[in-house]
Amino acid sequence: MSNLITLKPRISANQGIPSIPIRTTLDNSTTVQYAGLLHQLTVKAKSTVRDIDPQNDLTFLRIRSKKHEIMVAPDKEYLLIVIQNPCE
Amino acid sequence: MGHPEIYPLVLTTKTQEIFNCRVDEDVTEEQPYKLIKKEDIFADFANRAAVSDFYPVKKIVQEYPGDELLLVYDRDFKYGLNFYLIGTEEGKENYLNPPELPEEQEEYKDHIPEETYIYKPPISKPWVSLGSEKEIEEESVKESTKQITYMISRKRSEFGAPIKFSDQNASSVKDAYIECTAYPDKNFTLKQLERDVGMQVVPQIKETSTQTRWTCPKNATTQYYPREFLEEEKEALGQSKTLTEFLNSVCTSVEIALQQNEIMNTFIHDWKCLAEEEGTFGDKTDTHLKEYQSFTDLHSLTEKMITCVSWHPVIYGLIAVSVAVRLSFEERVHFSGKLLLQPSLILFWSFSDPIHPQLMLESPDDIFCFQFCPTDPNIIAGGCINGQVVMWDITAHADRIENIKAGGSRSKKVTLKPMFLLEPESNKKEMYIRHCAVSSIESGHRKVITDIHWLPDTFEINRLGNVFENRSGISCQLVTCSADCTICFWDIRPQKAVTPQPQAEKKKEESIEIPFDIPSTFLHLDLSWKPLSKIRLSKGETTLDHCPTKLSLSEDNLLYKAQEKILAQSKAVKAGEMNPYQNLENALSNILKPIDDFCTKFFVGTEEGEVIYTDWKMERDPETGRFMTKKPVSLYTVHDGAVHTVQRSPFYKDIILTVGGWNVAIWKEGIMTGPLLQSCCAPKRYTSGHWSLTRPGVFYIGREDGYIDIWDLLEKTHEPAQSQNICITMIMYIKPWTFSAKQQFIAIADYYGTLHILEIPWTLSHPSTNEVSSISHYFEREVKHLEYVEQRKNIREQERREMELELEKKKVKTFQKSKEQLEAELKMDYESYLELEKNILSNLGLTKVKDSKSYMELI
Repeated sequence: MSNLITLKPRISANQGIPSIPIRTTLDNSTTVQYAGLLHQLTVKAKSTVRDIDPQNDLTFLRIRSKKHEIMVAPDKEYLLIVIQNPCE
Repeated sequence: MGHPEIYPLVLTTKTQEIFNCRVDEDVTEEQPYKLIKKEDIFADFANRAAVSDFYPVKKIVQEYPGDELLLVYDRDFKYGLNFYLIGTEEGKENYLNPPELPEEQEEYKDHIPEETYIYKPPISKPWVSLGSEKEIEEESVKESTKQITYMISRKRSEFGAPIKFSDQNASSVKDAYIECTAYPDKNFTLKQLERDVGMQVVPQIKETSTQTRWTCPKNATTQYYPREFLEEEKEALGQSKTLTEFLNSVCTSVEIALQQNEIMNTFIHDWKCLAEEEGTFGDKTDTHLKEYQSFTDLHSLTEKMITCVSWHPVIYGLIAVSVAVRLSFEERVHFSGKLLLQPSLILFWSFSDPIHPQLMLESPDDIFCFQFCPTDPNIIAGGCINGQVVMWDITAHADRIENIKAGGSRSKKVTLKPMFLLEPESNKKEMYIRHCAVSSIESGHRKVITDIHWLPDTFEINRLGNVFENRSGISCQLVTCSADCTICFWDIRPQKAVTPQPQAEKKKEESIEIPFDIPSTFLHLDLSWKPLSKIRLSKGETTLDHCPTKLSLSEDNLLYKAQEKILAQSKAVKAGEMNPYQNLENALSNILKPIDDFCTKFFVGTEEGEVIYTDWKMERDPETGRFMTKKPVSLYTVHDGAVHTVQRSPFYKDIILTVGGWNVAIWKEGIMTGPLLQSCCAPKRYTSGHWSLTRPGVFYIGREDGYIDIWDLLEKTHEPAQSQNICITMIMYIKPWTFSAKQQFIAIADYYGTLHILEIPWTLSHPSTNEVSSISHYFEREVKHLEYVEQRKNIREQERREMELELEKKKVKTFQKSKEQLEAELKMDYESYLELEKNILSNLGLTKVKDSKSYMELI
């Protein structure tokens, strides 16, 4: 079961600026891909939660697929993405 | 009878008394009526007012013209009440004088048959109007308006001329008509004050589209790369406080999530995993092998036994069997003259014909093992009892056997001449095919060849045992092992002539006429074929050597997966029309690359029941400088009799099954400590064995009493899962084969020369879900068990040694101790004696001396 961790920041609160990886255990291209895609998804998820209830907020996002599970922990500035192979 | 005048009344008894119309006294059947005076009724009204029974008809009584009213007793309640009053004079009269009519009717009835009918002409009466003329007047049609007549006249000149009438629209001519136009009159307009209306909200949709004009078409591309931080920035950010805070806050939730996943897979479909695959054919409870067919050669003269069985790799329903004479060595020698006359054969049986074999391959002596070439099923190599390797090429007859299933036309004309040593028998219509090549008698094996394998077409070896890649794409090398304790590698390609052949031999070759029907594929090998290299399995210092019975190379399970390969190759061959086997010389000219890291080790089973794991690479012996075979890596004596099956599992490349003597063992390549599984001794000797081709945990073992034991490692590992009787005698060979997912056959050869084909039931041929992984887990557990046992052994060894050391130490210690102890004891004794002396002297009165002494000592 390998756990792969990447850390990415968000430079400003502007949503036009994508996130840039700080530290990663994956190779560069995969990291960049994950960063871009998951950042957008997190923003969307967060806005969904807040639309339903403005006093609510997104704390954790888990996406489970056939092959692995992706976990995203958002923050004001940073974003932590963990990819795990679940045990079968 | 004047019903409207009847007024029903109820008269109480009091009223009846007053008016003297008591029931059944004054009024009876005969005279049910009574005339009552008006004044009496009025008096009753005055007396009793509303209580009077006549009150409801007060008005009628007041208006009654006459003086007396008729009151009738209504005995039958015809009008609903017990009395009724007739309200008019006429009614009274009618009532009182009714009987005329009924009497008339009665008279009339009596008089009809007697009087004849007298015609009375109708008398005209004045017409009485009953209103019908009004109706007629209404219904009749009359002209309501007076008709206007117009007289139109023409000019006198046109009198008599034809007239032409035409139509004209009134509105086209001015003033042709006068109309009364309708106009809205406000007096008659209605204003609707209330209205019932339904409404629906509909979104307004608007669609528009525009099209831009692409004035200057030009292709443009953009390339981008993602922004990244520089290393220093990364470091800086990595150290920042905010980052650490963030990580701390987020850490716990991430850990929880990770742990959750590791603990349990929450999305697993339990029911799905539990279920077995659907779609079973046949009964699930049926676990017996079913007899399908059996083949025996009826034409042979002596009793034969089957030594080796092989299914044709490509053609359905074709199985080849090698038969040998069932005699011991002494008997063979005794009957050797007779045996020469009989051909030693490999028979090809087909499902379509159980009596006559399709092909018979002929060899110089009894064949004990043979194999189809994995890359070309028309080449067969076999090992003889005299140590020769024999090759056949049946490409010419391939068509014959390919079309067997489709009815099989057994041609009556014999196109082959049988071998000149044989007497041709008239009823033999089958084809005898002579061998193509035999190995050289002097340089080959000396004793019976016990096992023969083709090397796969992925590699080749040279004289020293080094491995090279095989560029020719065909299997061109063989390995044989024989009872003369050697293993030989053979190459079927023509060897470069190392020594020039002497002229005499050449002459010999020329003089021998080759019968025209034998293909010349292996002509270069015939009688001069030498092995590439020979390995002697020596036991070291002693002269006794290991006598190998079976081999298992690392890539042995080719034949089962060779079907697709062969089909592809045969297609290619047909397209290219060049059989690589015909041009074997070309194959040699390639310069080959050596393959490194190739596992050159293999398993050998011996006559004595040992399983040896050894290497075929030659190494240089430091003393003599020659190339010697290496010593075996490991050797185990596990079986009590000759090992007759050494086989790799078709599912796992490093699991080997060995069967010999009275037990079975399963080994894993690389584990040097021992077999993974070793069964206990069976009641009967095991004489053959084979893995199942589709189920990884199943293998078949044949016994000497004709029973076949089916072992299922998932069910039981200490004894066979089931046992079934096949024949009455020893089972010599077992070979299963898969034709399709539904059909799996197993060929069992017995000692008396009969080949039984049985069908494997669904339960034995179809693996359950996850069977491969379960069995591999089982093997891993066994490996761990062995390791554990080893560890325990070491631990025990250590413990034992420690215990011995301790014992030793103890012995030494006690010895020393006793010496010291003695001294101490002596000292104590002496001191206690001194004490005793003191006490006695003091008791005797000599203490003064002691005291003074002591006093003096003090001073």
